[in-house]
Amino acid sequence: MATKLFDKILIANRGEIACRVIKTCRKLGIKTVAVYSDADDGALHMRMADEAIHIGAPAAAESYLVIEKIVAACKKTGAQAVHPGYGFLSENRKFAAALKEAGIAFIGPNPEAIFAMGDKIESKKLAQKAGVSTVPGYLGAIGGTDEAVKIATEIGFPVMIKASAGGGGKGMRIAYSAEEVAQGFSSATNEAKNSFGDDRVFIEKYIEQPRHIEIQVLGDKHGNVIYLGERECSIQRRHQKVVEEAPSPFLDEKTRKAMGEQAVALSKTVNYDSAGTVEFIVGPDRSFYFLEMNTRLQVEHPVTELITGIDLVEQMIRVAAGEKLAIKQDDVKLNGWALEVRIYAEDPLRGFLPSTGRLARWRTAPESDVIRNDTGVVEGSEISMFYDPMISKLCSYGKDRMEAIETLSAALDETWIAGIGHNVNFLSAVLDHPRFREGRLSTNFIAEEWPNGYGGTVLPDDRQNSALAVATLIHIRNELRARHLGGKLGLPEWVPDDAWIATLNKTEYKIAVTDAEGGLDARISKGKALKVRSAWKPGEPFFRGTVNGAPVVARVSARLDGVRVVHGGAELDIAVRTPRAAELARLMPEKLPPDMSKYLLCPMPGLVVSIAVAEGEPVKAGQALAVVEAMKMENVLRAERDGTVKKVNAKKGDSLAVDQVILEFA
Amino acid sequence: MQDIIRQLEEKRAQARQGGGAKRIEAQHAKGKLTARERIELLLDPGSFEEWDMFVEHDCTDFGMDSQKVAGDGVVTGYGTINGRATFVFSQDFTVFGGSLSAAHAGKICKIMDSAMKVGLPVIGLNDSGGARIQEGVDSLAGYAEVFQRNALASGVVPQISVIMGPCAGGAVYSPAMTDFIFMVKDSSYMFVTGPDVVKTVTQEVVTQEQLGGAVTHTTKSSVADNAYENDVEALAQTRRMFDFLPLNNREKAPVRETWDPINRQEASLDTLVPPNPNKPYDMKELIEKVVDEGDFFEVQPNYAKNIIIGFARIGGQTVGIVANQPMVLAGCLDIDSSRKGARFVRFCDCYDIPIVTFVDVPGFLPGTAQEYGGIIKHGAKLLFAYAEATTPKVTVITRKAYGGAYDVMASKHLRGDVNYAWPSAEIAVMGPKGAVEIIFRGEIGDADKIAARTEEYRQKFANPFVAGHRGFIDDVIMPHNTRYRIARSLAMLREKKLENPWKKHDNIPL
Repeated sequence: MATKLFDKILIANRGEIACRVIKTCRKLGIKTVAVYSDADDGALHMRMADEAIHIGAPAAAESYLVIEKIVAACKKTGAQAVHPGYGFLSENRKFAAALKEAGIAFIGPNPEAIFAMGDKIESKKLAQKAGVSTVPGYLGAIGGTDEAVKIATEIGFPVMIKASAGGGGKGMRIAYSAEEVAQGFSSATNEAKNSFGDDRVFIEKYIEQPRHIEIQVLGDKHGNVIYLGERECSIQRRHQKVVEEAPSPFLDEKTRKAMGEQAVALSKTVNYDSAGTVEFIVGPDRSFYFLEMNTRLQVEHPVTELITGIDLVEQMIRVAAGEKLAIKQDDVKLNGWALEVRIYAEDPLRGFLPSTGRLARWRTAPESDVIRNDTGVVEGSEISMFYDPMISKLCSYGKDRMEAIETLSAALDETWIAGIGHNVNFLSAVLDHPRFREGRLSTNFIAEEWPNGYGGTVLPDDRQNSALAVATLIHIRNELRARHLGGKLGLPEWVPDDAWIATLNKTEYKIAVTDAEGGLDARISKGKALKVRSAWKPGEPFFRGTVNGAPVVARVSARLDGVRVVHGGAELDIAVRTPRAAELARLMPEKLPPDMSKYLLCPMPGLVVSIAVAEGEPVKAGQALAVVEAMKMENVLRAERDGTVKKVNAKKGDSLAVDQVILEFA
Repeated sequence: MQDIIRQLEEKRAQARQGGGAKRIEAQHAKGKLTARERIELLLDPGSFEEWDMFVEHDCTDFGMDSQKVAGDGVVTGYGTINGRATFVFSQDFTVFGGSLSAAHAGKICKIMDSAMKVGLPVIGLNDSGGARIQEGVDSLAGYAEVFQRNALASGVVPQISVIMGPCAGGAVYSPAMTDFIFMVKDSSYMFVTGPDVVKTVTQEVVTQEQLGGAVTHTTKSSVADNAYENDVEALAQTRRMFDFLPLNNREKAPVRETWDPINRQEASLDTLVPPNPNKPYDMKELIEKVVDEGDFFEVQPNYAKNIIIGFARIGGQTVGIVANQPMVLAGCLDIDSSRKGARFVRFCDCYDIPIVTFVDVPGFLPGTAQEYGGIIKHGAKLLFAYAEATTPKVTVITRKAYGGAYDVMASKHLRGDVNYAWPSAEIAVMGPKGAVEIIFRGEIGDADKIAARTEEYRQKFANPFVAGHRGFIDDVIMPHNTRYRIARSLAMLREKKLENPWKKHDNIPL
């Protein structure tokens, strides 16, 4: 009874999600049409599709968000259906309606469902009616700052201020006091307006130590709705998900079923007929509250696909074409464990500020049965300031949680990104964190474990010793090659010493080396011998080998005086020297980095929105000095200490590079 | 006999002590190694053979006859760097402040003479207070003897100077005549006259570091090529650079084994040049993706950054890289970049190191500062250097090759052996906008017409074909194949023989 699927689908999106949808279409034998802005000319999604239509200027508001242009592109190419991906027009009911009017199928839920769930205030009212538990809050429209403060005070602090039309963390603020409500309200309103063209926000009770667990639902046009288990997305940073997994290490079968059934009940009230996600916050006592329903394909859908074996995009296409769901609730089995990390172009050492530019290097573990890499960029692509700076969703699969974690952690070791800042080392640090491994998650995980921000990863001793042993092998092999240059004097062959000193972070480690077949045995600080074996040859960017039989992958590169080993999220600059050379190196003076505290540097490439101070003006610590916009986010730069502004080097509208001096202090 | 051996041991032990434990301690306190410690790090362990350890000065004035230290303030001899021999002198600041006496100079001259005879490089580690004033004119004569040898050795054997302490007055001119100068940050400085004299004569107040520190000379004056954090780093990098160089002008540069395939493709290079011709990109990415293992030894990285120069290897063979950098001043040629490039091209040609040139040059920098500064003669240096070079020359035009600057950058017309262009190459007298405003001056008021003319010009010249029709480029290559195409060219050119007409020497516009 298979309905005829579409011949041609247009994907009204860009980046990895467009590529991901194209992959399923290819599998189903459906032709694809990509759309692209000026900034995406030549992008991967455009090259993967059978056809590509140019739709305007880089700013999303002039291209990906313009309904008429998408509809026109469909008409021009004869696309019968549109997959909206996530973001952009995916939850825009006007878009769904426009397509309907043009006789083009929308691969997503019906416009009424989008409307009902798209507005967070409306959706909460509906959820309450459907018997779904909800968080206390104020659902009406808020007139202004004073009203916001009054409402917040009534609900009780802390409260959350959130864009009604929003998704992700955009336009969202948490306030612990009336003052913070006042501040948060205006900035949330502004951001909501800029991001979604809708400045309405709402306020609700903020639940502390919550987990974010969401239920994947799937419905058809024949009244069937099933749930495909949950995803836990508690690892978040500023309300942006960082690591997701399925299933959740926290849910028991009873809670899973209760949440699943509530999600299905809610979906049925709006005749939900596509893939959707019902998000809950779950308290430490497994009490759960409805947060919102996302009426689209969720970013982190791959983890559900990995453990259920169901291609959600395929299901969306099938139900959009009118097919009945072939899967019954009882068919849904959760097998094994899947994890996803979001690799972003951002700089964790600078408070995760976005980073833009050319991806000079971008490599990771090859895709396999246990590795999935959903990416929309290739080496040489540009991460533009106009869109979400995501590089990849790297996923792993394992028979259990530990196996999935180990696989993903190893894949991150094999990841090489250069040219822009990235969070790969931070992701490694999260995956290797004991609390993460124990599954004790909460949405505060990152804030609690890195209260002063992420300042780099420190490896446990055993892994650090492995890195030292690897560095020693690399150094000796480099030296051996160097001694094979032509034009030699004919002196006796160099035989590597058996005693070395490795210096890391000013600490010296004595290394006793014994030559061995295929590598060497290294005894570090008189500890047990580490058997390092590898076919690594000088110049190779990755060390692949074993230490005491366990596989180790590390990215290695030459430094001015030693070797850099990147492993487990740590960047280790290791100098391997003879004992005599180490003795001499010890005499070298320690040099302090230059004092830059007299300057306000631009922390990321961006546009100056405003400069709040003038030359000669005294400033107090914490005072706002300037606002720089990057990646659609307004970043307020504040004074670190009291002082006086000596010179202003930038003005409104200036486009600044990272580390460019904005202000000088006296 | 036993007595002699015992005396010898004593003398050696004494010589090794240099200026004594106290002065060594003071040297260390300044973050500096001693002359012998530096040699230990520069050369392969145990490879150094010291000469003239027992040389002393003959000065009797000002009580010098009672102050004699074996070696007289400089350690000389030869040893190996990764098995390849080199002569070396290392001034000992702990002995008379490393000051140069006639005997001290004599030792340096002796190893330089030997180096010339056998064809080995000379590495000088400079750490000297200057002339031995007590010796007066003998000291000056000593400098001049060294200078004379520097000049004669230039182009015969590589000479490298590492400034690791003071180097002032006449002493600066010996390093100045060598091929490369490295400096150590915060502990070395070079100037003709120090801050005190500067203050007396010009009232200018300036620190040693500002006047002649490593940062000053590697960013402002270009006297020095590279600056390093400390002695250890500087010596490690000296070893690294040494490995690129031949020992003399009669042999080829050494070949280093590599496992980096010469036909390695880099798909990402196909998107290196942005679609917008006014948008910069980082030429260093191209260099790093083309050369073996991404291993690029950049020379003068912080001076005239609009041109990139340095050593690398392709297929194990040393090459000199010269490349315009669109990230800085759009990659244009100006006085500083022309001088920087010219000297490097000439060094490579001296030692028959093939030159790989990457071109993205919009022209020469305009302006009074440039013209008054003599850009004509300075730009001509780079032109001259490329024109006279007989070493293999492989050129890749990545984007703009406009005007006279196109000619300069190792063009076919300057005996470029293999000249490639990427599909994004534009070889023209100038950019479309400027050209149209001259050719169609009468239509300037009419924006539509000008736009049409600009497009017409772009269609005609913003591609590699016009130059291709005339044979000015040998082939248009895909960026991802750049490494392979260069490697093949270099292999084909390995036995290149080309001689310039006999002359006493040329007259490059200095």
